Amino acid sequence: MSWVGSRVKRVEDPALLKGEGRFVDDIHLPGMLLAAVVRSPFAHARIAGIDASAALAIPGVHAVVTHADLPEAFRQPLPLLVPNPAIRYPVMQHVLAKDAVHFVGEAIALVLADDRYIAEDGVDLVVVDYEPLPAASDFRKAAAAGAPAAHAGRADNIAAEFAVGYGEADQAFARAAHIFKEELFQHRGAAHPMECRAMLAHQDTLTGTLTIWANTQAPHQLRDVYCRMTGAADDRVRVIAPNTGGGFGSKVQTYPEHIATAAAALLTKLPVKYIEDRREHFLSTHQERDQLWTVEIAVDGDGKVLGVRGSLMHDSGAYLPWGVITPFISATTMPGPYVIPAYRMKVTCVFTNKVATTPVRGAGRPQAAFAMERLMDRVARELGLDPAEVRRRNYVPADRMPYAVGLTFRDGSPVVYDSGDYPACQQLALDRAGYDGFRAEQASVRAEGRYLGIGIGSYIEGTGLGPFEGATVQVTPGGQILARVGSSDQGQGHRTMFAQIVADRLGVGPDKVTVTVGDSGGVAYGIGTFASRVAVNAGSSAHVAAGKVREKAIKIASHLLEAAEEDLDLGDGRVFVKGVPAVGKTLGEIAAFANGMPGFSMPAGITVGLEDTSYFTPQRSTYANGCHVAVVEVDVETGGVKILRYVTAHDCGTIINTMMVEGQVAGGVVHGIGNALFEWMRYDDDGQPLTVNFGEYLLPLATETPCIEQAHMQTPTPLNPLGVKGAGEGGTIPAAAAIAGAIDDALRPFGVKITQVPVTPEYLLDLIHKKS
Amino acid sequence: MAERMLLMLSVNGTEITREVPVRLTLADFLRHELALTGTHLGCEHGVCGACTVLVDGRTARSCLMLAVQADGAAVQTVEGMAVDGKLTPLQQAFVEHHGLQCGFCTPGVLATLTELLETIPDPSEADVREWLSGNICRCTGYQGIVDAALAAAKAIREGAAGE
Ligand code: FES
Ligand code: FES
Repeated sequence: MSWVGSRVKRVEDPALLKGEGRFVDDIHLPGMLLAAVVRSPFAHARIAGIDASAALAIPGVHAVVTHADLPEAFRQPLPLLVPNPAIRYPVMQHVLAKDAVHFVGEAIALVLADDRYIAEDGVDLVVVDYEPLPAASDFRKAAAAGAPAAHAGRADNIAAEFAVGYGEADQAFARAAHIFKEELFQHRGAAHPMECRAMLAHQDTLTGTLTIWANTQAPHQLRDVYCRMTGAADDRVRVIAPNTGGGFGSKVQTYPEHIATAAAALLTKLPVKYIEDRREHFLSTHQERDQLWTVEIAVDGDGKVLGVRGSLMHDSGAYLPWGVITPFISATTMPGPYVIPAYRMKVTCVFTNKVATTPVRGAGRPQAAFAMERLMDRVARELGLDPAEVRRRNYVPADRMPYAVGLTFRDGSPVVYDSGDYPACQQLALDRAGYDGFRAEQASVRAEGRYLGIGIGSYIEGTGLGPFEGATVQVTPGGQILARVGSSDQGQGHRTMFAQIVADRLGVGPDKVTVTVGDSGGVAYGIGTFASRVAVNAGSSAHVAAGKVREKAIKIASHLLEAAEEDLDLGDGRVFVKGVPAVGKTLGEIAAFANGMPGFSMPAGITVGLEDTSYFTPQRSTYANGCHVAVVEVDVETGGVKILRYVTAHDCGTIINTMMVEGQVAGGVVHGIGNALFEWMRYDDDGQPLTVNFGEYLLPLATETPCIEQAHMQTPTPLNPLGVKGAGEGGTIPAAAAIAGAIDDALRPFGVKITQVPVTPEYLLDLIHKKS
Repeated sequence: MAERMLLMLSVNGTEITREVPVRLTLADFLRHELALTGTHLGCEHGVCGACTVLVDGRTARSCLMLAVQADGAAVQTVEGMAVDGKLTPLQQAFVEHHGLQCGFCTPGVLATLTELLETIPDPSEADVREWLSGNICRCTGYQGIVDAALAAAKAIREGAAGE
């Protein structure tokens, strides 16, 4: 049997269920200091001076570290890892603020103390002399000429400008039967994993090796940034990501706090731990936030799309740690699953005095799906067609796969949808939702004064981005099978997934494979867990490495058993002679042989060790796709929206573990429900955050969440040996679009048209009353 | 600077006497004084429920409670659930029904559901969701948790009937 494709129970679960997980804050080192951070209360200010004397006088406070106290290598901004010629001002945040702050929550100093209570007492007593400056808050106003500069001395707040597209969009519009235009404001909030950021740094005085435990999605990247800034050699720095309580994008970036905590450990020669609290997470952990889309669609008389064009304005926040990746993904995802003969999108990224924006689950794609799906719904409404039918008329047909869209993706490769059957996927979702029967139900309950509606959201997602991820598979002389993978896990169940992949190649059960993830010391190079890329990149590497180990085991066994390789097979942890299973060697025996005997030469053609390290390098992204159907009920008195049913059909290629994929989809959808109805990170005109706790910023709760009904298609991609596509973000991408469509449909008697998310009760009541 | 007080309580059945700062929260006491790190902190302001433990059999937010307030109480944390390393029916149902991903919210969720199943042995899906509404999970979309809770209720009822 094959373990890939089975509902294997997770190896991660028992320890986590018994409270035996090891998260960063669970690690305690002798002599460890706890850090608390002095953060800016102003969105924009000059720092005229810092007086830490009162804080230092508190018993138990060991040090206060400011920019001026840092070793020289740390007195610089973090590097921009993803430069792009479109960026006009590549402004990056300092490790600790130098002489100015540019958002509320920017780190200014670390207070190091015996415990966190004392450290926080110290924070209260650090006196910072601020000279407040005018702030850029709303990105729409900040983009205008004459707006307060987010960075003093800059002429404007335009961080970057670029355009993407193909075909002759203007000509398409000139000959269109109909043109429809929408202005869509979209807000995405933040990732909010349940565990906030956490880090612990310690330099071993004996070896000089700096170890950073951090709940990062990208341990190698953190190591590489540290080394790039300080000139440290790679092997002197080790980053370990232990159990991590979710990430959803927010833990991809190397943050100033990571580097500051490491610097504090070097300065004090003691381990230093920093555990962010939720309020700080609201202030200082990257968000995705606002985009404004002004888009037009040109269609012929039958609703077939001739072209799409428009502009997209993106709130970058105060710094550009991830360049222009998010809006770039948005703009290149807009054509979605449809044949769009001509497309042009102009993108403007705007600096504001708010924490930076970087990808959150979906990474700019939910906004693109919302824009495209809103246009599809508009076409349906204007032409009197069923929304499902309009989409059907425009899907890329299965027989046109692979389909080159005409765009270049963020990795520089052409956007080519490699495989999938979009119309069939929609049909699967519609059937599962009972779409055809819904109208009768809708009409009957409307007679009772209830407003039900149905909406559709289709999407594609470029997943599995390169450049690579690495895996080592090793068999020890004791017969243990070890797999080390560089990428880190935030709860997805990567250890289970890799165990399944390796188990298949080596003919053992997944319980026989011990997997280590998230340790830069385990695999030399790595990129990180984001862009739904781990199954594709690291999964393929594990598959290839385990395959090489298998080949080598057979080769050595052929030598040991004096049998031809073709006559050997592998199963149950042994290589044996086909048809004579009693004659064979265990993997452990083979590994012992491969590890050599002291003083004896290795036999010709046999290399040392039963192990292999592989780095799978995909040539380009592989495209997952799906279709969601939402059924909602709107209370026209309160503006409340209740999701009655939520159906997904999706295709992420070969499924490695159905149970875990279903978990990813369900969690992703509920994140999308948050974006559709609840989550809004609000700021006032001075850039002061107004939602800084879970009472003010609402996450979806069990009571607001329906059962997520799922159907799967599996179209293996030809782009990697497992045929897998990413599954971690698809659930989020079309959720807001499907829900907005359902609300429109429910409120058709009022002529309501949703043009912003989240759809709050206030906003909805406003629309209902304006129209009625 | 911080005033200290003597605290006597039982945690997972073990009697404990400690002098602690008055301002120390129960969560930090469990995590950092007793090294019971299974109790997690997701918000430290009483909304997320990650820190939920059982105090005298009732759920309590250990981030909002001072350690000294638990004086004389019997506290149960996630570490006190499995007996001799064997998962309880509720914990086992989480394995079977994918009731956890990152596991950060899980200890608090288990505490809430323990109280639920003691209060309502045969809960409906709506009951489960209502009780869970004080525990935020960002990973699972609640689906696996709800399935696990319903399955555990059934397993416990059948187990009791079989005894
Ligand atoms: S940590 Fe106690 S409720 Fe969130
Ligand atoms: S499993 Fe991660 S927050 Fe619930």
